[in-house]
Amino acid sequence: MTTSVPSGSPVYVAFSPRRVLAIVLRHWYLLRSSWPRVFDLMYWPAVQMLMWGFLQTYISQSSGSLTRAAGTFIAAVMLWDILFRGQLGFSISFLEEMYARNLGNLMMTPLRPFEFVSALMIMSVIRLTIGVVPVSLLAIAFFGFNLWGLGFALAVFFVNLFLTGWAVAIFVSGLLLRNGLGAESMAWGIMFLMLPLTCVYYPVAVLPAWLQVFAWMLPPTYVFEGMRALLVDHVFRTDLMIQALALNAVLLAIGVTGFLLLLRSARREGTLLQGGD
Amino acid sequence: MPAAAAEPAIAVDRLVKRYKTVSAVDGISFAIDTGSCTALLGGNGAGKTTTISTIMGLVEPTSGRVAVLGAEMPRQRHRVLHRINFESPYVNMPMRLTVRQNLNVFGMLYGCADVRGRIRTLADDLDLNDFLDRPTGKLSAGQKTRVALAKSLINEPEILLLDEPTASLDPDTADWVRGRLEDYRRVRGATILLASHNMSEVERLCDRVIMLKSGRVEDDDAPAHLINRYGRSNLEEVFLDIARGRGEAREMAQ
Repeated sequence: MTTSVPSGSPVYVAFSPRRVLAIVLRHWYLLRSSWPRVFDLMYWPAVQMLMWGFLQTYISQSSGSLTRAAGTFIAAVMLWDILFRGQLGFSISFLEEMYARNLGNLMMTPLRPFEFVSALMIMSVIRLTIGVVPVSLLAIAFFGFNLWGLGFALAVFFVNLFLTGWAVAIFVSGLLLRNGLGAESMAWGIMFLMLPLTCVYYPVAVLPAWLQVFAWMLPPTYVFEGMRALLVDHVFRTDLMIQALALNAVLLAIGVTGFLLLLRSARREGTLLQGGD
Repeated sequence: MPAAAAEPAIAVDRLVKRYKTVSAVDGISFAIDTGSCTALLGGNGAGKTTTISTIMGLVEPTSGRVAVLGAEMPRQRHRVLHRINFESPYVNMPMRLTVRQNLNVFGMLYGCADVRGRIRTLADDLDLNDFLDRPTGKLSAGQKTRVALAKSLINEPEILLLDEPTASLDPDTADWVRGRLEDYRRVRGATILLASHNMSEVERLCDRVIMLKSGRVEDDDAPAHLINRYGRSNLEEVFLDIARGRGEAREMAQ
């Protein structure tokens, strides 16, 4: 018996959607084979939404002035989940490659960094969809809050939050490449730094003046302010969304530059094959 | 398309790699001809893995030059990565994916024109059919090695880099793997660079041995010539001579 070789050697392609699809498939196979992974995608968003939903119901009943803010807590927690899960969905897919000790294999294939990043972005959308769609239906059933009723505004919020999540996730992936699993806690916790600063559950005006300066440097702050303007005052603040998009462009540029510099540093330090702590 | 005959498949020129104060590779040079099988030998910490990682473009040299199929590594690695492949104990295939799923993913990544056909061929050649649809993590060590070998051949590589390809295998499976590597090299005319601690494996597979010690090339010749020159009966004794210092080893032998 011989190791036969058919004709048709592969050829080099600068950007290959097929390679992007290969990575998406790899993670889809993984999700399909593991129900605990799928369950985990829905579990925390559901718990969070129910807790904040009941809290909002209680506050609305005991304080008349707050009833006009109906839905802001539930909307806030669901938009926060889009931001958080957008980043986490990307980072977990990256971490899965490290847990599987598969990163060295991938680095040796013709897969380009931009293709890898594109695939992980697609996976974060898939993971978020699996998590948020059932939870949004639960919000309708329990509290009569219809996230999808935000319509076009939801799409703009969605895009801005995802761009921020991806920018952070791309930078964290660079840290993981450079420092191995020693940087894993960054993947899980970095977004919580944004939780108080981006004013998810309260207006920016609540922050001390000096802290407001930093809050307005973060794109999600504009989204959450825009969300409150829409739900409380029924106004869609286009100006806030454009500013968020501009800041996201800067944040993405920083994330990608950081990733490429950290990847280069990983090549210098020889950490691409290790991936440990 | 195979590299031109005059151009070495791999050219390493005054390669230096330092990690902070530690010198992993210290100015080594060699060229590997197309279609040859060469072994990189040396004790632990001799610089084998760093050298192979640099050839693969995973490590950036501190100084010196590495060219693979004419492409500077790591700068031009994307020009040639679809023409090379590797197997290493430092990496695994995703364990929850079935063998077929893994090979499908890597076939797509390497740009194979007919992935299904290639998987069929490899499954026949490497006896994977019985466990093609089982999760890779549930296979025995020998089966996993066959799958890793299938992955390393999925793109019909012109250059195959192997780091301890038969480590932890029983003698029968190891012999089987060596047979497949010999077949592949003969049929494809592939260049193989191998790092191994198994001297009989090197004697069987390789027509050239590069001995590394403390990041430097200590010797470089055909296995038979080395054995002859060192006045030894096998490559393992030559390895010990070089690793321990020639005089010391001879004293022990006497």
